[in-house]
Amino acid sequence: MSASSDVGYHAQRKARWHFGEAAFWLIVLACGFLFPTRYLIMTDILRLALFAMSLDLILGYAGIVSLGHAAFFGVGAYAAGLLALHGIINEPVLALIVAGLAAMVLGFATSFLVIRGVDLTRLMVTLGIALLLEALAERFSNITGGTDGLQGIEMQPIFGEIPFDMFGKAGFFYSLAVLFVLFLFARRVVHSPFGLSLRAIKNNPLRAAAIGIPVNRRLIAIYTLAAFYAGIAGALFTQTTAIASLDVFAFERSADLMLVLVIGGTGYLYGGLVGAVIFRMLQEVFATITPQYWQFWIGLVLVVIVLVGRQRLHRWVLYVPNLIIKQVAGRKAVVAVPESDS
Amino acid sequence: MTIALETQNLEKQFGGLRVTRDLSLKIEQGARHALIGPNGAGKTTVINQLTGVLKPNSGRILLEGQDITDLPVHKRVLRGLSRTFQINQLYPDLTPLETIGLAVSERLGHGGDWWRRMGTRSDVNGEIADLLTRFHLLDVMNEETVTLPYGKQRLLEIAVAIAAKPRVLLLDEPAAGVPESERHDILAVVGSLPRDVTVLLIEHDMDLVFSFADRISVLVSGALLTEGPPELVARDPQVKAVYLGEEAVNV
Repeated sequence: MSASSDVGYHAQRKARWHFGEAAFWLIVLACGFLFPTRYLIMTDILRLALFAMSLDLILGYAGIVSLGHAAFFGVGAYAAGLLALHGIINEPVLALIVAGLAAMVLGFATSFLVIRGVDLTRLMVTLGIALLLEALAERFSNITGGTDGLQGIEMQPIFGEIPFDMFGKAGFFYSLAVLFVLFLFARRVVHSPFGLSLRAIKNNPLRAAAIGIPVNRRLIAIYTLAAFYAGIAGALFTQTTAIASLDVFAFERSADLMLVLVIGGTGYLYGGLVGAVIFRMLQEVFATITPQYWQFWIGLVLVVIVLVGRQRLHRWVLYVPNLIIKQVAGRKAVVAVPESDS
Repeated sequence: MTIALETQNLEKQFGGLRVTRDLSLKIEQGARHALIGPNGAGKTTVINQLTGVLKPNSGRILLEGQDITDLPVHKRVLRGLSRTFQINQLYPDLTPLETIGLAVSERLGHGGDWWRRMGTRSDVNGEIADLLTRFHLLDVMNEETVTLPYGKQRLLEIAVAIAAKPRVLLLDEPAAGVPESERHDILAVVGSLPRDVTVLLIEHDMDLVFSFADRISVLVSGALLTEGPPELVARDPQVKAVYLGEEAVNV
């Protein structure tokens, strides 16, 4: 193999599909058939996963921290709600895209504020924008329904064919399809030269500029794309629950998202997905055991994760399997911690 | 003779401190020009102004006759002005393959491609392979940069600057901090840069300066002390005084 084709081969190493990835998506799909009584919570997890993937795009790849990502979620949610309520766009998929675009416009407009600062400024600016929108939504209650939220939303069938059923089955598969399509798109983008340049900017903005990367333009682009994703997540929320209320902008929603990524890890796209599953499961389990104090236990788990470190947790999880594999197949076969997660 | 890079009455102040004083430099096309001076002379500040990291308070910077004083960093790179850093400025999590691949992609205008996979352009791949080979990085191309030995990181630092195919290259202490055993590779690489690339070398190591440069400018307290071919500069009593310390002159 010549050095050039060798380089091409290795450059695409991370972009190739791994067996584990295919397995992951098959399991997710299988869940849709295995747990027919759990559609609502599973749909909730899918929405959270998409929302978290959106934050991962800017946080994990470009290094932009945000405490106000709910701003885009909320705009998407209200946009989808208003489109359906007033019968402007009745077809859900089209409405979903339009709602995403609305959030995208906001993302583009606010990106100029966000790229200027350093981490702390970014936290404050993003937080401020979300609070601002929440207040605006409350103020213009003639449009948004104020504290009551949008009521009486009736969703039309998807593509005019598939109606949303009361068990949430259609909602689940609809959300899964949206998540998967957007995941494929994000996966394509992060393995492109553009995606790689984001990682370079996150690693070292000074050097990134010194090799000719237009840093600000790249950050604006990814921030805008992430806003689109968050808007879609918000629109899915409205479409699958038929409600949109002020809490779509809530600070807790943005903060939870950070926790999801802390649990799942950033910068490999699956962090948001895995994190969303674990986060909601923990919430469920703790809420069942101690309905009043579940937040205490979630907090404890998070502190442990941060102190012990995710990598070491992974290593512990893999400790026993690796012992066995080492006996059978020798040292080289050991299952490693995902490298992009380090 | 053509001038590749020029500063006219460059002036930079940090608060009340004049870090660059009325500096006018001319670097000829194809030159091996060294900028030397004691610690704190303001050499890196000059580099930062040339590359656009810092804006001068007054004065102009010309690249091949064109005024680039107000251009942002990345546009200067695309015009053919590239640099290395005194302290490695690399991407800890990226591999040498990715690092160089990015620089090549940006130069060829493919850096903004968001749909095409990295590694699917044969022109980009070919250049990456060339650079990795030239800089002895082929065997470590898939290792994360942070895990590489310092000498290899130093080579990568220079390789990234070269990947931008500069016509003017600024080398900020290329051999700084490299252990003796790995030094040879760096010097060989610096020595074998193509002659049509103009090089401005900032260096403390006088052996390297005198073996490499055909012209030397001496910077003291932000101002140009003297300039000339190495043999003249070496004999200059003012320069000797600066390097031996001012007390030595007074005695």
